[in-house]
Amino acid sequence: ITEVCGAKRVGCFGPAQFYIALKLIAAAQSGLPVRIESIKNELPLPRFMAMKNDSEIRYGNPTEPHGVKFQVPHATLEKNSYKRTDEGDKQEPKSPPMSPICSPPASPSSYQRTHLSYGYGKSRNGLEQQHGAPYEVRHSTHQQDGPASGNYGAKSTRACSTLNRSLSVEREAPDSSAHYADDPWRITEEQRDYYVNQFLSLQPDLNAFISGSVAKNFFTKSKLPIPELSHIWELSDVDCDGALTLAEFCAAFHLVVARKNGYQLPETLPETLLPDYLQAASLKPIHDCALFDSFSEPLPGSQQTRDFNRLEKTSAEEVPDNSGLIKDASKDDKQVLKTSIAIKPIPKEFQHLTVKTVAQESIALRARPRSRSYSSTSIEDAMKKGEEPPTPPPRPQKSHSRASSLDLNKIFQQNAQAARSGWLPPPPPALPPRPSVTQTEQASEVELHPQMTRPPSQAEENSSAKKEVVLTQLPSKPVRRKFRTETQALENPELSPTINVTSSLPAVKPHLPVQKQSSKQKRAIQTAIRKNKEANAVLARLNSELQQQLK
Amino acid sequence: MAVCIAVIAKENYPLYIRSIPTENELKFHYTVHTSLDVVDEKISAMGKALVDQRELYLGLLYPTEDYKVYGYVTNSKVKFVMVVDSSNTALRDNEIRSMFRKLHNSYTDIMCNPFYNPGDRIHSRAFDNTVTSMMMQVC
Repeated sequence: ITEVCGAKRVGCFGPAQFYIALKLIAAAQSGLPVRIESIKNELPLPRFMAMKNDSEIRYGNPTEPHGVKFQVPHATLEKNSYKRTDEGDKQEPKSPPMSPICSPPASPSSYQRTHLSYGYGKSRNGLEQQHGAPYEVRHSTHQQDGPASGNYGAKSTRACSTLNRSLSVEREAPDSSAHYADDPWRITEEQRDYYVNQFLSLQPDLNAFISGSVAKNFFTKSKLPIPELSHIWELSDVDCDGALTLAEFCAAFHLVVARKNGYQLPETLPETLLPDYLQAASLKPIHDCALFDSFSEPLPGSQQTRDFNRLEKTSAEEVPDNSGLIKDASKDDKQVLKTSIAIKPIPKEFQHLTVKTVAQESIALRARPRSRSYSSTSIEDAMKKGEEPPTPPPRPQKSHSRASSLDLNKIFQQNAQAARSGWLPPPPPALPPRPSVTQTEQASEVELHPQMTRPPSQAEENSSAKKEVVLTQLPSKPVRRKFRTETQALENPELSPTINVTSSLPAVKPHLPVQKQSSKQKRAIQTAIRKNKEANAVLARLNSELQQQLK
Repeated sequence: MAVCIAVIAKENYPLYIRSIPTENELKFHYTVHTSLDVVDEKISAMGKALVDQRELYLGLLYPTEDYKVYGYVTNSKVKFVMVVDSSNTALRDNEIRSMFRKLHNSYTDIMCNPFYNPGDRIHSRAFDNTVTSMMMQVC
């Protein structure tokens, strides 16, 4: 098939070759000989088997749950297309028209993976237009304007017709599938909804800004290296005011997703990500938790479990530390502290885990679902919003002077949302542990519920792991760690969710933990320094008194 | 068109320094370093006055036979030093001022980025682009 469609000659699967190949596959599946003439027949859509995650993960941007990744010959993606064609031949790749249709039903997992897949875009186009030239892969950044779209216009029409048929058959998951996802820099509806949810979890008012520090903490969880996050911020904060509006936030989030899926960051913001453009798009109400759940799914279960186990271990470590300390803190305090502690240990965790973790993409993918669960939980617990008053409680403990209070406040604000969203008050069972969420097999909307049931066990483990991590790591800054643990007198269930969230998200700190933790560490260091100075003063006084006694 | 542009932190270490590659870059590094003395001198000279009254643009710090060095200091004591080729006589003071203003704007944009910790080296691509636009075009 590869030969017949001309891919071998051209050297890659261009759109034209791709379509021909798909047609040929359909022909082969219908029993027709594989020849160019075969494509002239009206063929049913080729049947594709859902491809599993590993190959998709490998490519970083799985399109559909199928083996074939539709990619326009691209400098960066060409090799992928090669691989994909191979896989396509082996498997039964879905035809482009089919893919979008199947993706939504197949499960949101496809969405998760295909956030920005190019091929995704192709199928999307087919769906959208359902006429000729649907398979336009528009890459604003890559200047890949389906040049061949015209070529296979004829073929695509045929495919489209079949597509249309299948479209009608498919369920309406609809908006998500029928989106112009051909452009990796365009945000699909479900993506937008997801981003909006995340925004709401950070800032309940859609018209308000997310401050830089809050956004920083949030995006840091994505475990991208700081320079990349810095670049993403530069791209997305168009007005350079240090805060993100909803549109800017969506753009930033989208860039993070893109980066984690393996796309290189553009030098300039693609026009589809401009705030004006984004604001024009309507913000749908937040409902599809299901879709979001799917986001977490694609993560390779094994990787997830691995990562999660680590996280659990680390969180478990940390929990013991924290539990001892702040008992007097209010629930909010606890949560805030928890989050702060969770966040602080995370850098350590990252250091700890960085060594073990695998490719960044897997991590990124793992992280994605974490944030997803973040949002999903928020959706679930939307009613919980009223529970935690966002007033930053005065952190009595420790010397956390302004450093800590700043940190905690920020964290608190951010996590209060998360807590609100993700935590149920006292009963741990209500808390869907993020890691478990991500860990679970590819689920569907239903996953939300199973998630809920898992929190307790996960939480326990996580919290304990966290505490241990806190204890074991940071040998150089024992005071700071201690402080954190102290501030964190949380019950395990509560602690774990936060930890899960925080730990799961930044499961593995990239090789630049220093930069990421620098601000937190600076504050921690400052508090540690203050405490040490006080201790020094006390000891010096004691020393002088003793010497006087000697005399 | 500048030959070398440097951003010096308050503690007098470079946050960003870039020169046109064909030249001996070390020479420019030395130049910038020695110009810091002049900058400090100018700052302290105005130090008696309130900071508000202090002019941000310091003007020509000192000329040499090959090039001129201009300075600019922000309110947070971050210094911008620009080395300009003396043969490029077309550059007027206003142009230098506008170049510094652009630098300052780019610098504040960097500051707005929450991922940037003050005191870190500057790796921003936007800032790089701004500086590139100001540097001499090497043919």
